[in-house]
Amino acid sequence: MKEQEIRGLIGRVKQGAMSRRDFVQRMLAVGLTAPLATTMLAHNGIAHAQTSFDYTPTKAGGGGTVKLLQWQPASQLNPHFAVGSADQHAIYLFYEPLASWDEEGNLTPILAEELPSVENGGVSQDGTSVTWKLKRGVTWHDGTPFTADDCLFTAEFASDPETLAYTMGTYRDVTFEKIDDHTIRLVFKTPRPFWPDAFVGTRGLILPKHLYQDYRGARAKDAPMNLRPVGTGPFIITNFVPGDLISAKANPNYHVPNRPYFDAIEMKGGGDAASAARAVLQTGEYDFAWNLSVEDEILDSMGASGQGEVRLIAGANIEHMQLNTTDPWTEVDGERASVTTQHPVFKDKAVRDALALLVDRAAIAEFIYGRSGEATGNFINTPDRFTSKNTSWEFDIDKANGLLDAAGWVRGRDGIREKDGVKLSLVFQSPTAGQRQKTQTVVKQACEEAGIAMELKVVAPGIFFSADPGNSDTFGHFYCDIQMYTSPMREPDPGLFMQQFLSSEVSAKANNWQLRNVTRWRNAEFDELEAAASVEMDPVKRAAMFIRMNDLIVEDVVVIPLIYRKVAAGLRTGLKAPLSTWTSYLWRVSDWHYDA
Amino acid sequence: MAVFLARRLAIAMLSVIGASVVLYAVLALAPGDVFGELVSNPGIPPDVIANMREKLGLDQPIHIRYVNWALAMVQGDWGYSLVNRIDVGTLIWQRIPATLLVVGSAQALALAIALPVGVLAAMRPYSVFDQIASTLAFIGFSLPTFFTGLLFILLFSITLDWLPFIYRADLEQTGGAWVWAQLRQSIMPVTVLALFQAASWTRYVRSSVLEVIRLDYVVTARSKGLPERVVIVKHVLRNALIPVVTMVALELPVVFGGAIVTEQIFRVPGIGSLLISSIMANDTPVIMAVTFVFACLVILFNLIADVLYRWLDPRIKLH
Repeated sequence: MKEQEIRGLIGRVKQGAMSRRDFVQRMLAVGLTAPLATTMLAHNGIAHAQTSFDYTPTKAGGGGTVKLLQWQPASQLNPHFAVGSADQHAIYLFYEPLASWDEEGNLTPILAEELPSVENGGVSQDGTSVTWKLKRGVTWHDGTPFTADDCLFTAEFASDPETLAYTMGTYRDVTFEKIDDHTIRLVFKTPRPFWPDAFVGTRGLILPKHLYQDYRGARAKDAPMNLRPVGTGPFIITNFVPGDLISAKANPNYHVPNRPYFDAIEMKGGGDAASAARAVLQTGEYDFAWNLSVEDEILDSMGASGQGEVRLIAGANIEHMQLNTTDPWTEVDGERASVTTQHPVFKDKAVRDALALLVDRAAIAEFIYGRSGEATGNFINTPDRFTSKNTSWEFDIDKANGLLDAAGWVRGRDGIREKDGVKLSLVFQSPTAGQRQKTQTVVKQACEEAGIAMELKVVAPGIFFSADPGNSDTFGHFYCDIQMYTSPMREPDPGLFMQQFLSSEVSAKANNWQLRNVTRWRNAEFDELEAAASVEMDPVKRAAMFIRMNDLIVEDVVVIPLIYRKVAAGLRTGLKAPLSTWTSYLWRVSDWHYDA
Repeated sequence: MAVFLARRLAIAMLSVIGASVVLYAVLALAPGDVFGELVSNPGIPPDVIANMREKLGLDQPIHIRYVNWALAMVQGDWGYSLVNRIDVGTLIWQRIPATLLVVGSAQALALAIALPVGVLAAMRPYSVFDQIASTLAFIGFSLPTFFTGLLFILLFSITLDWLPFIYRADLEQTGGAWVWAQLRQSIMPVTVLALFQAASWTRYVRSSVLEVIRLDYVVTARSKGLPERVVIVKHVLRNALIPVVTMVALELPVVFGGAIVTEQIFRVPGIGSLLISSIMANDTPVIMAVTFVFACLVILFNLIADVLYRWLDPRIKLH
């Protein structure tokens, strides 16, 4: 899809000839993120749609206690220390950002009076500054007013290397200015096309200056608020047992009228996904459970008792196969898969194309992932019901055989193809997970029919995802031909995500295999596009660049995208809850309610 | 006795040091670290993670880390949880009550079942009662707790809907209602653990009593015309229970160590579930503290059992 076409579509949305939801779906289908799509509309004067969530209660309180199960438990409650997603979710009960993302990727103001845009002057034309107006009349749980100082302090806190905040990258390259008590300006060194990062979403939760100012830098770890947060959020903590339980009561002075509906909330951790599903869907002991990674059939049989229902939320996690561009079997200067080498088999594009044809995505999606996954041909992101129209992927063993025959790969006596003495024999690794090993087997069977020998290798996830330079089984080393895993992509903007294909990011011995380009693919056009996209202020032009980048990776078969995964949540019948996977599922826990 | 004690203490100290070295080495050699989830997140620049590793001292060589850890431990500093960002000591203290309550009552219940059943079975070996008790005991220790746990949940929580299967450490009720709620939620985890433990202890008590009951002095006591109750309680049990006491003493560390599987099934926030979640999160200081404390307890109770054994049975000589 080209820039002009996108502009055409935006024009249709403006005229009302196309719904904004359809527009977002079309953008998803070509591999963009929902937040990026809505940002494009906003840039062209079509405001972010505010979630049309039907909030029926007419007064705050009266809802009793709502009980949540998050089986991966929260371990501490400082948003900037939350190294795992479990903490990142739970913290939303207490702290809030200026704005956050809804399920469809719309940016929604929370502690901001309004969203900055080019029209209202909040975003500067050249993209180097953003001005946020803060909501007035917001107080912290202890009654202190919330002001611009809190935002500035949060930025200073997170960007201090001594604090050890995981959010450091979001805040360190930005200058923060206080205009008045309720206005702040963010100044960027270079144009920042995707500015909703600092103070937005998961990494944007704001800390109270008056409490944290005595705990700067290395002292941050001693702050009592790390376990007893004082925020602006809809709930006030009453008890926290790390790794087990969070109890909180409603904030009577919450800044949104008539909210929250529930008088108290309780979040229990521990156990496993299956029993969490059972407690919500079968016995009704709990109202809500997050991340029910349980087989479809089991969820169905539990749901049959009518106590609760399963909701699948569009996410952004892509299960994909990566093809090594370098030779993982030859050692050069003490490292294998050195960038100076070429993969003996994959250097022939015919083999890569054949491999892409040999992956039966439809069967994998249907029989292995069920409702929790959809087949996809795109790498960047969430395709939806439009997928099949816009992207091309197919499963065709005969065609793959034809390609290989034409490229001169002939079957040997053992049925395995070879060419110039090189055998078509590959090693395929992935971290342990039932569904992955089944997928590996499906791929292997199809490959064998096409005369490709495949050895399957399984690595413990702890090893696979570790950054240990001494262990050659990590995904960063990629000492084999093919590997498969899920890229967790909760980032609303594909910018950072695409950096994993930059020539400058090649993972190698020289950088202890810490950089992100593990396929070691290098492409000048891609590098140029990425550089241009990182400063391009017109979201439409930028989107077109991302689409082109996505096409480059997929067409060159650097990766073979397989499954776009969804998150399953269990809700007790009648519970109304706006969720999201672009940020914490609790991003609007203030609006959760049961209809009267 | 003093020489014996001194020698045992010296051996115990050496064992503690040895255990700490082995534990530390194994954990340090294990792959992965606490920032695993961040590594694959494209939103986090690699140098941010590298900075955290460096500041937390994770990039130092293993022997230096071990010495630092050991010095801190000697001074009573248990370490600092990398995930929870609080002191490990605090974390462990929060978990002790639930474990003591659940595992402790399970052990007590197991003993309360095993003693009478074992003795009765031994008094009439190969009787119908003994046959039934033995069969049940074999079933009991053949069924793992994760199986009986799930079975109980299916039966009592889902089919009958009598008991909750999610354990809560802080119940909102007070007074009598609290006791009732606590009882209801404890029944399943305690029973699951107790049945498993009671099964093996029953067999142990039975064989121990059986051995003693045939001895000449018991026959003498009986022929003196003493009532059977007195013979059993005063003469048989006293001697038969010596090995049982050691056995129980050796099992006591478990009361503090928690029951990993059962705690996980019923979501009991005890030491066992702390250990498993720390292992999942690669939170080395917590894993180290829990396993090391557990190792110390095992060594301590071994020592106690040895001393107790010698005190109960003066025939035991130190070789």
